[in-house]
Amino acid sequence: MSDPRGTELSNVSATVLGADEIILNMGPQHPSTHGVLRVKLKLDGERVVDSECIIGYLHRGVEKIAEHRSYQQFAPYVDRMDYVAAVSNGLGYCEAVEKLLGTEAPIRARVVRTILTELQRIASHLLWLGTHALDIGALTPVFYCFREREEILKIFEKYCGARLTTHAFRIGGLQYETYDGFEQDVKRFCDDFAHRIDEYETLLTENRIWVGRTKGVGILSAADAIALGVTGPVLRASGVKWDLRKAMPYAAYDQYKFEIPTRETGDTYDRYVVRMEEMRQSRLICLQAIENIPTGPIMARIGKVLKPPPGEVYHSIEAPKGELGYYIVSDGTTQPYRVRVRPPSFINLQAFDKMARGSLVADVVAIIGTIDIVLGEVDR
Amino acid sequence: MANDPSEKDPVSKPPASGAEEKPIAQKPAEHSQTASPADAPKSPDAPAPKSPASAATTPAAPPAPGAPAAKPAAPAAAAPKAAAPPAKEAPPKPLPLDNELVQKLKARFGDAIREATLDRKQAIVTIAADQLREISRYFRDEEKFDMLVDLTAVDWPKREKRFDVILILYSFAKNERVRLKAHAGETEPVPSVCEIWPAANWLERECYDMFGIVFEGHPDLKRILMPDEWQGYPLRKDYDILKQDTDWVRENLGIESGQ
Amino acid sequence: MSHLLSPSIMRLVLPVIYAVVIVAVLPLLAGYIVLVERKVMADMQARLGPMRVGPHGLLQPIADAVKLLLKEDIIPDKADRLLFWLAPLVSVTMALLAYAALPIGPAFQIADLNIGLLFILAVSSLGIYGIVLGGWASNSHYSLLGALRSAAQLVSYETAAGLGLISALLLAGSLSMKDIVIAQYDQGIWFIFYVPIGFFIYMVGSIAETNRAPFDLPEAESELVAGYMTEYSGFRWSLYFLAEYANMIIVAGIATTLFLGGWLRPFASSHTALPGTSIELLDALPSLLVLGVALYCFYLAPRQPVKIQKLVMAMAGGLCLIIAGVLVGALFASPAVLQGIHGAFWFLAKVFAYIYFFLWFRFTFPRYRFDQLMRLGWRFLIPLALVNLIATATALLATREWGGSLFFYTVLADVVTLAVAMFLAKNDEVDSVVPVADGE
Repeated sequence: MSDPRGTELSNVSATVLGADEIILNMGPQHPSTHGVLRVKLKLDGERVVDSECIIGYLHRGVEKIAEHRSYQQFAPYVDRMDYVAAVSNGLGYCEAVEKLLGTEAPIRARVVRTILTELQRIASHLLWLGTHALDIGALTPVFYCFREREEILKIFEKYCGARLTTHAFRIGGLQYETYDGFEQDVKRFCDDFAHRIDEYETLLTENRIWVGRTKGVGILSAADAIALGVTGPVLRASGVKWDLRKAMPYAAYDQYKFEIPTRETGDTYDRYVVRMEEMRQSRLICLQAIENIPTGPIMARIGKVLKPPPGEVYHSIEAPKGELGYYIVSDGTTQPYRVRVRPPSFINLQAFDKMARGSLVADVVAIIGTIDIVLGEVDR
Repeated sequence: MANDPSEKDPVSKPPASGAEEKPIAQKPAEHSQTASPADAPKSPDAPAPKSPASAATTPAAPPAPGAPAAKPAAPAAAAPKAAAPPAKEAPPKPLPLDNELVQKLKARFGDAIREATLDRKQAIVTIAADQLREISRYFRDEEKFDMLVDLTAVDWPKREKRFDVILILYSFAKNERVRLKAHAGETEPVPSVCEIWPAANWLERECYDMFGIVFEGHPDLKRILMPDEWQGYPLRKDYDILKQDTDWVRENLGIESGQ
Repeated sequence: MSHLLSPSIMRLVLPVIYAVVIVAVLPLLAGYIVLVERKVMADMQARLGPMRVGPHGLLQPIADAVKLLLKEDIIPDKADRLLFWLAPLVSVTMALLAYAALPIGPAFQIADLNIGLLFILAVSSLGIYGIVLGGWASNSHYSLLGALRSAAQLVSYETAAGLGLISALLLAGSLSMKDIVIAQYDQGIWFIFYVPIGFFIYMVGSIAETNRAPFDLPEAESELVAGYMTEYSGFRWSLYFLAEYANMIIVAGIATTLFLGGWLRPFASSHTALPGTSIELLDALPSLLVLGVALYCFYLAPRQPVKIQKLVMAMAGGLCLIIAGVLVGALFASPAVLQGIHGAFWFLAKVFAYIYFFLWFRFTFPRYRFDQLMRLGWRFLIPLALVNLIATATALLATREWGGSLFFYTVLADVVTLAVAMFLAKNDEVDSVVPVADGE
């Protein structure tokens, strides 16, 4: 099927060896684009002069579907957007609907939600680390990262039965009580994880080749990041110390002490360091949280049929990839009138052009990896 | 201020363009839009629909969701039974803090600021679409809302100006969010804010792709999620998924879609 | 048998036999090195590796070979058919040709050329033609770009590697591979102890020469240009593959010959006999080692979970016992046979040790970007190699002029070279910010 996406890039005729500029197409199928992303690069020799990301290959019309499902029915769909960090999506959606209803989950539910979301953040960052390292040529960390991720997914499976698209939370709280041994499992994971992450750091952080491949690559200044709406670790690596968990706390985050890692330059290496440190901080949050999970109900009393009063709300959380927001408009019926998902990967991907201009072709793969996108979220 | 004001009164100024807003009158608590142009202070405990024109979906519904909705969150200070709700004044001014921003806006832009309300503790400022760029610039430069969090649209097909273009802005300095809303008709172009916040580039493309809203001044307005040659705008309420899908399947695959 | 045939006929027949043996064994050996690589990779990555095809994956190379042979032969539409056919042939031929001068044992050498080393280096360089032709013949500019990049990398690092080799060559005084090993025997020490930096330079150069990580950008799958091998599939691809692994064994063989003493056992020149016998103590080492491996296999065998694996372990142990037996038997045979068999053992052991480092580096380090790679080669490795060469030559000269131990002078030389290396490394950070005026 023809795809006449017309911009100035496609006006250039087919590439000729020896011409000044060539167009390189990293097609939708490519091992390093982390999903179905198409990147058109205009190259002058080895340098990227212009770039264009073409998305939409994974567009499934989630927002349209939302208008035809009830609030609870829509919750599993939300997992499938950022399928790497499904629990966060669920948290954002459930909290948004709870805000719409004017209610709040009970404290025990909020604490368990926090623990699971932080575990999910670690899992998401581990997957990012493995694939990013693999793109740059380090063939080993991916297996170690997946081994740790496996432990987290086992905890999810024991909790709600699913590993990847978990639908762990319900509107109003949780459906399942934590299973026997939940705290022990989380504690054991956190204890192991401390020295494991140090191991991964020894493989990469001081490695001359890694530093050479990532330092100075894909620099994004703080002003550019803010202007482009970039959030999450990308923003923090560019020097803006901002995290929604601290700025506008949700769930139970205001009870725990943790740092927000920030760096100054905003290159790939800084984003790597920020995410590694975030994993450590998440681990600390989990440890603090399991010390003391309050007792009490796990579900607010909101009835089975949810008909939020008409109106609208915007609620966002700090997902592993950035600010994940839900803008929900209710018309008083059981089905939302409009659900808009503010996808962090979509907006972060816009910054790709800014980061990639002037860099070498071999760095393009590193830059795509460092933004940490999930196409399910970009395209919805 | 924008998200967590201490006082929870909804402030609604009756909008000039009335017609079919959604039935808000019933749920008193935080509902801003009212269809009725009446200035009468709507007592929150009047479940009876004030606005005759409102497509009252569920006049009876309000009490039910109202009760649980009102329960834990104090914001719904007006329980349907509450006799003395926090006074709902007719004139808009939502909250003191909001006052300041809204007052400054009104002082500067006058009529372009149609309405300023507070819905579930979140500030919404409805503005005139043609002034969008100037107001945005004001927000970015003077009020320091330097990040465009989101730009989207909502389709209210029964309204004359069917689209609500929504901009959600965030200020790092003040740690506040504000929502700008502009009504746009079906064929009416909306000024683009790309030059103010470059983040708007893809967001406006997506709006165009999904709703057909044309953004004037956008450097490269084309479809982003749907294929380039797609006909129709999927997120409009009158867009039938099934029909287009079966048509596409018939054209491109030569078979009958079995749905 | 040899006493039946006249020496002149033996001189014709033996090399042919050796050549046939090598060409026959080599593909199998390359295949099994791939299996070893996959198993080692898996071990480093906390997993098992091939396990299904044959017990513990032992039949995997056979399966791969059969699959490649049976694959459809695809030639790109506008490709130059003759060159497309010729390119992998050139690569493989050159790789195999280099084995002609490789001394696996004192008598196990196809041709004892007096310019053996030069011959091997020259022939390996010719292998680059295979790469460039392959890229050209594919009629795809991405392949061509990959091929050119690969060729540039190979040429640069061959220079560096060659310079590293020369420092050992100075010590040996001859280009003949056999004489180099004999020189190490005469001097009683492996040359790596005289010129460790030369060895290091050669090692880095050889990793780049064989397109192995961290220098495998031209052929990495996650790169945009998939390399000169893209359009090749099936048997033609397997020829390239064979060429790559044959090259690996060649460079390992060169390193072994020049730096690690070739077929010599450790402490070859010292003779300490076992009490009461004429068997040397250190000659018993191979047999003991292999016996140890055999015993370990037998120890592991009953502890395997599955019956087939128990059987395989036991068979591996048995195989090791047989090898140990052969080695022990050689102890009692004539010195020529002893040297031949034990020599082959030591040579292969050193080659495998060298290759193990190749495998280890591949799975530990990320990949160098192409410009960083070239910068490393030209601005670090070649200057260092030159300095090393001069320092070694000076050390040799000093020994001749002033007497004293060569070891002492070479240690001095190495210290100086090391200082220069640190200076070069510091001065030339492999940074990723390429200056704008970089015309490519």
